[in-house]
Amino acid sequence: MSAHASSASRSEQDEKLPITETPVRRMVREFMASPLAVSGLVVLSVLSLLAIFGPFIVPQNPYDLMQLDIMDSQLEPGAQSVAGMTYWLGTDDQGRDMLSGIIYGLRTSLGVGVISALVAALIGTSIGIYAAYAGGRTENLIMRVIDLQLSFPTILVALMILAFMGRGVMNVILALIIVEWSTYARTARGVALVERRKEYIEAAESLVIPRWRVLFKHLLPNCLPPLIVIATVQVGRSITLEATLSFLGLGVPITEPSLGLLISNGYQYMLSGKYWISLYPGIMLLVIIVAINLVGDQLRDVVNPRRQA
Amino acid sequence: MTTWLAQRLVQSVFVVLVMTAIVFVGVNVIGDPVSILISPDANQQERARIVAEFGLDQPLWSQYLSFLKGTLQGNFGNSFVYGMPALQVILSRMPATMELAIAAILLSVLIGVPLGLYAGLRPHSFFAKFMMAGSILGFSVPLFWLALILIMFFSVYLGWLPASGRGQTVDFLGIGWSFFTWDGLSHLCLPVLTLSIFKISLIMRMVRAGVREVLPQEYIKFARAKGLSRQRLLYVHVLKNIMIPVVTIIGLEFGSLIAFSVVTESIFSWPGMGKLIIDSINVLDRPMIVAYLMIIVFIFVTINLIVDILYTTLDPRVRLSRD
Repeated sequence: MSAHASSASRSEQDEKLPITETPVRRMVREFMASPLAVSGLVVLSVLSLLAIFGPFIVPQNPYDLMQLDIMDSQLEPGAQSVAGMTYWLGTDDQGRDMLSGIIYGLRTSLGVGVISALVAALIGTSIGIYAAYAGGRTENLIMRVIDLQLSFPTILVALMILAFMGRGVMNVILALIIVEWSTYARTARGVALVERRKEYIEAAESLVIPRWRVLFKHLLPNCLPPLIVIATVQVGRSITLEATLSFLGLGVPITEPSLGLLISNGYQYMLSGKYWISLYPGIMLLVIIVAINLVGDQLRDVVNPRRQA
Repeated sequence: MTTWLAQRLVQSVFVVLVMTAIVFVGVNVIGDPVSILISPDANQQERARIVAEFGLDQPLWSQYLSFLKGTLQGNFGNSFVYGMPALQVILSRMPATMELAIAAILLSVLIGVPLGLYAGLRPHSFFAKFMMAGSILGFSVPLFWLALILIMFFSVYLGWLPASGRGQTVDFLGIGWSFFTWDGLSHLCLPVLTLSIFKISLIMRMVRAGVREVLPQEYIKFARAKGLSRQRLLYVHVLKNIMIPVVTIIGLEFGSLIAFSVVTESIFSWPGMGKLIIDSINVLDRPMIVAYLMIIVFIFVTINLIVDILYTTLDPRVRLSRD
């Protein structure tokens, strides 16, 4: 929406600007043109800092039993604890401060989402670029596997993998990697097929450079922009998927709850009107995903090569 | 066309075969089913009898062959929990899931297409902009949390709609349907709304993009110049041309609705396949998991095949290139 509104003024700017602007600078400038996307990025940065430095700023360590008091369980937001502390977002059934619980949950959710998306990107991109470069039967076989996997919904595939392996943080990350690599591989192959016909690859090949070097030093960097867009959106998808699986009781264990598990814990108290145990972790989840999607949407517009033409 | 169809069918059968192998290997990685089947204080003879009864003492490959044979006959063994053929249990739950999925698709199309048309025809109106911004929210909100919020608002706070179960059902063709009673319909509301929000956003965005693409085309200008009525222009010339991607997406999204029934059915205690599989996974009811997976594979392969055929029939360009 905002991208549409600003595209006219952008093309005018393009003519006035000096030709020396680098592609990266152009992308940064175009990204900054959307206030929505920038605010998404700001929110994401703040939440990431919160996740990284969480243990130092939380009012209470929710997993240190010494700091908990069962008398404080299911308190409403803003209530005072027995010890005199204020629970701004209330407490859960164990008497844990929801605010602290959410910050810890954020750590697990963001951590699982980012790690799985990055590893899946690494594996998927390598396979996709290799497929495009190898061609022939290898490419065909890889594409068949990708098609096969993409024809089933990710949630079912992940659900089954976790049903086979049991719950656990590493298992969730592994399941997410298995369901996500194919998206990267398909895109990477598509981009690489276009890039490999270009002259710089021919030039690199005619110098006697080893094949892996042509692949990773010359081909890969030029395939990256669309893959970065996908990776951004995929982090959001990973977080949602992890939350859903944890909600269903197949994701992370109770000892390392993510936002999804926090929501699941509060679910049984919701029908008796104790809304805060599920509501606030859910709002946090929604804020992260909306922020990621806003950033991803704008990145897609900025990177899209069709718009540059 | 016939050759293409034959090739496509062979391909589908091959996919099903590959999936049987993957499912079988996967399921056998799960912990030993003997331990959950038999009480800890059962004696050795009793153990051996049950192990032999379920064929768990055979080597893996021979278990696979008998599994493949069973799959072809639709026999996945008896459910450990229900003591009935697994396929029968799942098929008896399938209508409930289908009812939910079909109702959700209907609602998404009925709301999504008009909204998309409006947003495409008047892209700068406040309402269109509001809906487009709202659709980002619709894309982002996790399904299970949306379900909780809806329950919280409509069931707990307002007390208007029931939060669980199917309500009163009416038998039609030997199967119970919630669709035909007011009580059943009120039970359908929340789960269907939950499933629809994402699809409405998706269909709305696709239709809007389609309208924006079709409107500047020459044939629309020509139809306008011919003096066709606005109605005819809209419903025949615009709508027909944007329907191809929409039909494709409806087909594919139908599959995802069946997949996400796992989530909605668990939350709303809707007695369908999705709730059944979650319960089965929790107690490691192996025949049930396997039967569910094979039915899902079959459903998805069929949906993909139908979408491909529809796509080919609807779009003359694809049809000609495949002849």
